[in-house]
Amino acid sequence: MAILKHGALQPNDWLTVADDAALPEGKPAVVSLDRWLKERETLLGRNAPLGVRLKSDQSPMTIAEDLERIALIVLEFPKFTDGRGYSHARALRQRLGYKGELRAVGNVLRDQYLFMDRCGIDSIEIADDANVAGYLESLGEFSIWYQPAADQRPTVRALRAAKQVEPTGGSAVVRESVAASWAY
Amino acid sequence: MTVQVATANRLRDGVIVWLKPDLTWSEDFAESKPLRDEAEAKAALDAAGVAVKARLVVGPYLAEVDETPEGLKPNSARERIRAIAKPTIIPDQGSWTGRIAG
Amino acid sequence: MYRYDEFDATFVAERVKQFRGQVERRLAGELNEDEFRPLRLQNGLYLQLHAYMLRIAVPYGVLSSKQLRKLAFIARRYDKGFGHFTTRQNIQFNWPELVDIPDVLDHLASVEMHAIQTSGNCIRNVTADHFAGVAPDEIEDPRIWAEIIRQWSTLHPEFAFLPRKFKIAVTGASHDRAAVKFHDIGLKMVKNEAGEIGFEVIVGGGMGRTPYVGPTIREFLPKQHLLSYLEAVLRVYNLLGRRDNLYKARIKILVSATGVPEFSRLVEEEWARIKDGALTLPAEEVARIERYFQPPQYEKLPAISPELEGAKVSDASFARWLKANTHPHKVDGYSIVTISLKPDGGAPGDASADQMDLIADLADEYSGKELRVTHHQNLVLPNVRKQDLYALWQRLAAVRLAQPNVGLLTDIIACPGLDYCNLANARSIPIAQRLSRRFNDFQRLEEIGDLRLNISGCINACGHHHAGNIGILGVDKQGEEFYQITLGGSSKDDSSIGKIVGPAFAIDQVADAVETIVNVYLEKRTSNDERFLETYRRVGIDPFKEKLYGNSQARRPAAE
Repeated sequence: MAILKHGALQPNDWLTVADDAALPEGKPAVVSLDRWLKERETLLGRNAPLGVRLKSDQSPMTIAEDLERIALIVLEFPKFTDGRGYSHARALRQRLGYKGELRAVGNVLRDQYLFMDRCGIDSIEIADDANVAGYLESLGEFSIWYQPAADQRPTVRALRAAKQVEPTGGSAVVRESVAASWAY
Repeated sequence: MTVQVATANRLRDGVIVWLKPDLTWSEDFAESKPLRDEAEAKAALDAAGVAVKARLVVGPYLAEVDETPEGLKPNSARERIRAIAKPTIIPDQGSWTGRIAG
Repeated sequence: MYRYDEFDATFVAERVKQFRGQVERRLAGELNEDEFRPLRLQNGLYLQLHAYMLRIAVPYGVLSSKQLRKLAFIARRYDKGFGHFTTRQNIQFNWPELVDIPDVLDHLASVEMHAIQTSGNCIRNVTADHFAGVAPDEIEDPRIWAEIIRQWSTLHPEFAFLPRKFKIAVTGASHDRAAVKFHDIGLKMVKNEAGEIGFEVIVGGGMGRTPYVGPTIREFLPKQHLLSYLEAVLRVYNLLGRRDNLYKARIKILVSATGVPEFSRLVEEEWARIKDGALTLPAEEVARIERYFQPPQYEKLPAISPELEGAKVSDASFARWLKANTHPHKVDGYSIVTISLKPDGGAPGDASADQMDLIADLADEYSGKELRVTHHQNLVLPNVRKQDLYALWQRLAAVRLAQPNVGLLTDIIACPGLDYCNLANARSIPIAQRLSRRFNDFQRLEEIGDLRLNISGCINACGHHHAGNIGILGVDKQGEEFYQITLGGSSKDDSSIGKIVGPAFAIDQVADAVETIVNVYLEKRTSNDERFLETYRRVGIDPFKEKLYGNSQARRPAAE
């Protein structure tokens, strides 16, 4: 599996550790939420970056207290139709102010990459033979955003204000004010 | 005796198609290959799988038919409508007016 | 009506380009059908029984004549010469080819239309009162808010993969013509004690397998908080809606299972976090959108039109059409005209390309180039001068568009049914055709009066049969078509869900059954003014049951 982060392929520094496996010494490790909740003290005592992996039905609120100590949060998207991760990502970024890396894993298709990016996800895990160019292309497919999300992209409202655009048809019609003439 | 036929929609235009004995697909229900046992049914589904991979058809499945002296007949309302390949409603106000070419 | 600015136009162009790429990847085999399906659904493209079906968005039912002409062009060039107007104010084409869809979308974009999010597990077309802006009982024009919601919900990154589809409706009048209580979110504009206008928020209504009349979860929501509140509702739904069972995934199930007080609490809790943030609507933004919906310059006309009064008296057919198909307008001397797409023996809601072109001409000449699509599958000319009504009627009558049956028994809502739809159990259009022929005597129709008959070909209830005064539901019994009849539904302010009257009927028995039901009503009503629904609510279901199935409880051949 490869990692696509902010538009570039990255090596995956993180090791996902099974619940019953030993944690590697001094290496970045991701554990499941279950393990985190059971072994929190031990894990916090480790001298290496910590990651926690959330299933789509597990709320980020469960780790809210310790966000500063968690360098990576992995959000599972078991099927791409399971859209809970998008809300989790926004909650982590906007409600809880999480500053670490947010990663999406699972059934991550290029057509979701842009939505994930908008919701504050930094990196995605993709198949080794995935069409990376395709993923990157999909990030650039739109330049217009109708609603604020967890990203910095300006919404249409901001773009409109910047351009001081007058409604093209609307006010022109009002000014013309010809009976029953909504000509355009 | 439960006889089946394999059917699907063509990917390009959504038209209903039926699997023929030569394992190509026909728009004509009358040309469909009757599948009389498990082996034939499996072979048909395998052929359909190949057609799906080749981007010819989508959503293949096996439909039950009745074998009659006049030939195969679909045995449900749904398959009857699919077999005639058009809505049953009396053509009125442009319903089923035929595709305008070009 | 709303006009795209350069940003809207850019967006739609980008979307078409994206979908063109997705179609290419599908045809090239880079995407399989499972991966492609949600993508094509979010662009309104279904794979139906015979062919693909494209559902084009008509935002809150507002169409310009120019757009209607383009739809006629698409019907001719890419389809079989007709289109179908739906119960969500959209239009559907039943025969496009996959390979042509990107071109069709380009054509639509050229007239500021698209098929974005008309399907899929996302926020769908926002519908509104089809008399918006012109009804006498209007508190405020709901289209302003429908447009604001439309923009906010377009490609919302957090809500693109909801547990299930999400439908929002807005009404701004004291009489709800938008069936808000049968939507995932219904918004009813109301005035509070201080005289401020805001929204009553109704969440968890719906049709389908488990119909619900939506409960109110908030009595008054100030306007500037509309989007933040909606976002809170959607977020709660996205996180907590069921994803394990397709048939239990709508928000109505969540609201019902959680209970209204707890559900409201969850929403209010989330809302408290985000209200007054980036989603708050500044007054200038609302004013900007409002400008698009300014009324046209109306002429100063007398309330009574002598030409109209004369025609009424001299032409009984015209008088009949006037009574059924026109509605009072808030401006003196004007009228709201409904064009019935339910001709004798026709498929409800269908219009041929030629009819579309003609209706576009009529909109130009008589209604300021604007039309509406109603969720009853008819069209509306919202601003017709009373003095023009007779001439307009003559033009409509010449092309079978003047059936005087709006709101009457043969103003039938019918889904496409098994003739077209992959999901259907039974055909619905032939039922509608038989009924419209059986009841084509106009005097009789008038005598029967207001009666809403809705037909769905399966339990998904796209024909809104639950909300029909008489509802007909197609069911499958061993591969054959049968029809269950319900009574007593309503989608108006007095919303209610119809009750099954008894065992299902075979296709040839349905018209007789409806006739029997109508006769019971005519016999039992206390006066000509007591409408079907009122009589039903007064006498209950038993008199109908008795006449349909007999005292002896004898089972009909079609019984379950």
